[in-house]
Amino acid sequence: MAAPAPLLEVTHLLMRFGGLTAVSDLDFVARTGEITAVIGPNGAGKTTVFNCITGFYRPTSGALALMHADGHRYALERLPGHQIARRAKVARTFQNIRLFAGMTVLENLMVAQHNALMPSVVNGLLAVFGLGGHRAAERVALDKARGWLDTIGLLDRADDPAGALPYGAQRRLEIARAMCIDPVLLCLDEPAAGLNPRESEELSELLTRIRAGGCSILLIEHDMGVVMRISDHIVVLDHGKKISDGTPAEVRADPRVIAAYLGEGDEDEEPAPHDASAAA
Amino acid sequence: MSGRPAGPAAALRDAALSALVALGLFAGLIGLHLVPTDNGLRLVGRPWALAIVVLAVFVGRLLLLTWQRVRPSGAPATRRLAEAVTHAGRYVAPVFLLAAVALPLYGGRYMLDTGILVLTYVMLGWGLTIVVGLAGLLDLGYVAFYAVGAYSYALLATNFHLGFWTLLPVSGILAALWGVMLGFPVLRLRGDYLAIVTLAFGEIIRVVLINWTSLTGGSNGITDIPRPTLFGLKFNGSGDPDTFATFFHLPYSVTQRFVFLYYVILALALLTNWVSLRLRRLPLGRAWEALREDEVACRALGINVTITKLTAFGMGAMFGGFAGAFFATRQGFISPESFNFMESALVLSIVVLGGLGSQLGVALAAVVMIGGSELFRDFDEYRMLIFGLALVVMMVLRPRGLVAGRTPSIALGARREIAAELVAQGRG
Repeated sequence: MAAPAPLLEVTHLLMRFGGLTAVSDLDFVARTGEITAVIGPNGAGKTTVFNCITGFYRPTSGALALMHADGHRYALERLPGHQIARRAKVARTFQNIRLFAGMTVLENLMVAQHNALMPSVVNGLLAVFGLGGHRAAERVALDKARGWLDTIGLLDRADDPAGALPYGAQRRLEIARAMCIDPVLLCLDEPAAGLNPRESEELSELLTRIRAGGCSILLIEHDMGVVMRISDHIVVLDHGKKISDGTPAEVRADPRVIAAYLGEGDEDEEPAPHDASAAA
Repeated sequence: MSGRPAGPAAALRDAALSALVALGLFAGLIGLHLVPTDNGLRLVGRPWALAIVVLAVFVGRLLLLTWQRVRPSGAPATRRLAEAVTHAGRYVAPVFLLAAVALPLYGGRYMLDTGILVLTYVMLGWGLTIVVGLAGLLDLGYVAFYAVGAYSYALLATNFHLGFWTLLPVSGILAALWGVMLGFPVLRLRGDYLAIVTLAFGEIIRVVLINWTSLTGGSNGITDIPRPTLFGLKFNGSGDPDTFATFFHLPYSVTQRFVFLYYVILALALLTNWVSLRLRRLPLGRAWEALREDEVACRALGINVTITKLTAFGMGAMFGGFAGAFFATRQGFISPESFNFMESALVLSIVVLGGLGSQLGVALAAVVMIGGSELFRDFDEYRMLIFGLALVVMMVLRPRGLVAGRTPSIALGARREIAAELVAQGRG
C-alpha cells in the first residue's frame, strides 16, 4: 500500500525564546487521513511545535508547509494568525480548555462558524437589515452545529452555558467547536488529560470517527493507552529534538525513546510493556 | 472587605475599625461646619452629627457582616435573582417604554427637559455597552466620540448651513471614523493599558478643541448652532409660514420644541437599542461576545480579532456621534467643557451599574443616576456624597450590576438566562 500524500511538512523548524532553544532543527511529516501523535517528556517542546503550526508563535526559522487536496500549498510560518484557521483550515484545541464559558454550548459552535456566516464586515453589517443572505447561512450553520452536538452526545445540553458542563463534556465540546471550521488538520493538545478511562475510550472513538470523516489529526498526548491505540504515526521529542519517528510498534521498540522516558524518571509516561498488551 | 464569614468577635472588631476610619474621614467633613457671619466665616463643631454618622457606620458594618454570615450560599441565589430580574424585565421594559412615549402628555417642561437629558445618557450608555459590555474593551474616553459628533454637527451646520437631518448621519460616520482611527494603533493593547490610552485620547480631543481656536472657537465654544426642523418646519414664534405653529394653526409655545426634541432623542436611543440587540444575535455580535470571553480561542477559530474589535469600537463611536450631534442641536451652544473626563466616567458608571451588556439595566441606571442627581439637587453639597454612597451600596449588593446575567443569542429550546458568574467581563 502506497503511503498517503503528505499533509503537513515541517522542515528545519527552530524556535528560540531569547537564549532558550525550545525546538531545534525539527523535521517531520504528517500524512493525509492519518492520526499523527507527538509525544515526549514534559518540556520537550511539543506545545511549542503546536503553537508554531497554529500561528501563535512565529518560528525563528524553518518551514511549515500545508498541502490541501486541491494542490494549494500554504506556508504556515508566514500566514497571519487567524488566517491559519480561516484559509489553511488548521484547527486546534488547548491544553487548558478554552471555551466561551459564558455562552451556551450551541453559541460556542455558532461562533466557530463565524467566517462561513460572515464572509466580510460589510455582510455582517448588512445582516442588521436582514440583507446579504444571512438567514440561509444561519440555517446551514445551525444544522451543522446540531450534527456535531449529536456526535458528541450534548444535544440535550445545547442551551446550557459551556462553563457549566462537566470536564469531559467540555473537552468533547472543544473538539466539536474546532471541527466546526471544517479543518483539514485538527491539532489536539492533550485531549485525554484529566479524563477517566471510560471518557478516554469515548475520546479515542470520537477521534477515530473524525479521521474516518476525512480530517487528519495531529495529537499531543501523555496517555500512552490512547496514543498507542489510535495513532498511525508517532513523533517523539526530547529537549526540543526529534529522537524517534515511526509507527507505534517501531517507536515502542526504540531504545532512545525508552531511555528518554526512563531518564525523566516519570513512571506515568513510560511506554511500558503493559501498555503494549493493553493496545493489543 | 472579607468574603469569608467571620465570628461575632471578629465582626465587632471589623465594625469598630470601620467606625474608626469613618471618624477620621468625617471629623473634618461633617464634624466641622463653616457658618457665615457678619465679619467673615466662623468654624462651628458638630459633635452630635459626627457621632451619629460614626455610629451608623458601626451598626451598618455589623449588620452587613452578620448578613453575610447568615445568608444562604451565594451562587444559586444570584442565579435565581438573575432569572427573576429577566422575567420581570419582560414586563418592566414595555411599561417603561410606554411611560417614556407618553411623557409629554403628563410631564411639564421641567420633566421634559430632564427626560431629554436622561435619554441622552441612556443612548450614550447603550452605545458604550457595545464596546464595554459586549466586546469587553474598557473605554475611558468615550466622551471623545460624543465631542466629535457634536463639533462635526456644529461646524458643518454653522459653516455650510446644512440641516440637522443631513448632518446627523455625517456626524455619526465621522465619529465612527475617529473610533476606527484610534482603534488601529491601540487595540493591540489589552486591559489597563487600553483603558489608559482611551483616557488619553479623550483628553487629547478636549485639549485640541480648546487650543484650535481658529476652527473651534477655543474655550468660547460655538454659538448659534441651528435647531432641528420637522420636515423643514421650524420651531419658533416668528409667525412665518414655515414654522410648526403657523403650519398647524396652533398657538406658539416653547413646549412644542421640547416635545419635538424629546421624541427625536427617544427615537435615536431606540435606534441604538434596536441595532445593538439585533447585532447581538448576528455573527458580528456573537464574535464580540466571544472576544470578551476568550480572545485566544477566537483567533484559533479564524476570527480576525483586530477587525472585530474595530467594528465594536466604530459602532460604539457612531452612536456616541449621533448623541453628540443631538446634544449640539439641543443646546445651541457647545464648548470643550461639556466633554471632560467626568462625562466619560459618568457614562461608564451607568454601564457598569446597569450590568455589563444589559440594555434594560443601562436604561434603569441612567434614570437613577441622572434623574436621581436631579432629584437631589436641593441637597447640593451632599449630592456627590449620596451618589458615591449609592454606588458603594450597589456594588456590595449587586457586584455585577442591576441586571447581571446574559440571555443566549440563539437556542434550540427555550432561552435560559446564564448566571453572571460564568460570563467573562473582558480583559480588553
